[in-house]
Amino acid sequence: MSKLLEINHCRKHFGTTSVLEDLSLSVEEGQVLSIIGPSGSGKSTLLRCATLLETMDGGDLIYLGNYAARDEGGRSVYAPPAELQRIRGMFGLVFQNFNLFPHYSVLKNVMEAPMLVQKREKSEVRAEAMALLEQMGLADKADAYPYQLSGGQQQRVSIARALAMNPKILFFDEPTSALDPELTGEILRVIRKLAEKKMTMVIVTHEMMFARDVSDWVVFMNDGVIVEQGDPREVIDHPTQERTIQFLRRLQEK
Amino acid sequence: MTILTMIAKMSEGLGRTCAIFFLTLLFSLPLGMVVALLRMSKNRVVSAITKAYISVLRGTPLMLQLLAVTYGPFYLFGMGVAREKLVPVIIAFALNYAAYFAEIYRGGIESISRGQDEAAEVLGYSRFQCFMRIILPQVVKRILPSVTNEVVTLVKDTSMAFTVAYQEMFTIGKQIANSQTSFMPFVIAGVFYFLFNAAVAFVMGRFEKRLSYYR
Repeated sequence: MSKLLEINHCRKHFGTTSVLEDLSLSVEEGQVLSIIGPSGSGKSTLLRCATLLETMDGGDLIYLGNYAARDEGGRSVYAPPAELQRIRGMFGLVFQNFNLFPHYSVLKNVMEAPMLVQKREKSEVRAEAMALLEQMGLADKADAYPYQLSGGQQQRVSIARALAMNPKILFFDEPTSALDPELTGEILRVIRKLAEKKMTMVIVTHEMMFARDVSDWVVFMNDGVIVEQGDPREVIDHPTQERTIQFLRRLQEK
Repeated sequence: MTILTMIAKMSEGLGRTCAIFFLTLLFSLPLGMVVALLRMSKNRVVSAITKAYISVLRGTPLMLQLLAVTYGPFYLFGMGVAREKLVPVIIAFALNYAAYFAEIYRGGIESISRGQDEAAEVLGYSRFQCFMRIILPQVVKRILPSVTNEVVTLVKDTSMAFTVAYQEMFTIGKQIANSQTSFMPFVIAGVFYFLFNAAVAFVMGRFEKRLSYYR
């Protein structure tokens, strides 16, 4: 198995607060990695650094051996824009709040980026987009606008939009946090199906049972560092670190 | 002088009134976007200068700006006053309205969630593509009511051109009113502006309706 994503010694601070401290992480092809931890632990910041929405202060960010950022004397030096643009094509991101384009139909939301950014043929993109919507159970919603859909449907469209770019790795930033509990299931089912197809994924989530079932590896973060990581059943059912035990217990009390 | 003669004489200025209206929109709508983008620039000097520009043009009367642009060159540099007043009138109107449009645009742009930029960025849209395809269409929809407000005001503001004796409809009406000691030209002008604005409201309403296919 080859390393798809590698983050080495990542550091990030906002003002005087350190958000990520010397954090290293790697994801192998076909792996599903879940990141859990309390709010403010830096999970989302880590995802935003990995997806180039934030810049790291220090550390390497490497996709399939291509350096997006390289640590030089403790500072991250980013690759030129053209290279970063190429690297952006390797990953997709699903947001907590979907961030669909409200003025586009469902189909156009899915189709525009492959045509505009990857300059692919319209007919080919359309066929692929329809297949993706079919897979998401939304074929009949192709001409609908986002405001006409439920939150769960919108999130499925946004997953289709990300997949239409054929990413090598897909990031999820709390994909069910903005959804009603009953709509959470439909998103989790979709992610589970992707996992069965060996899609490489990194999922920030608060759904412990889901993380335990679907992932190959779980990372527990607290205060910008990885406190504990390993096999999901080990970490979630038999945590060894005091902070992890505390966090999981609190979650169960809810 | 009969009312019909008054209407006929005032109508001779209608072309100029429309010229002020359409040319002002033609120049100020795009100029306002440039001003808005400069105002939001990360460069503090650029943004401060733009802010000052907006503050002066919104903070002083349009009438004064018309006088300044038309006669300023004469008082400051001893240059001749332009015989064709349309040029200084359009310059003053366009600069003034651009300042108002800029603030409307800025409000609109800043009201679009950051998530829209981020989604487009992750998908690989360039900043220009993101602005033109994702941000701008949503901004246009959001600001249309405020823009309509400004356009309606512009219709009435064209009458300000009388301060530099530009022979548009209201200027002619005012001259007739003086020479005939009649209030009728003002009534005619009022009816004209009202009808003009009814048309503006209709057209803008159509635009709003066309953009109502999404929320």
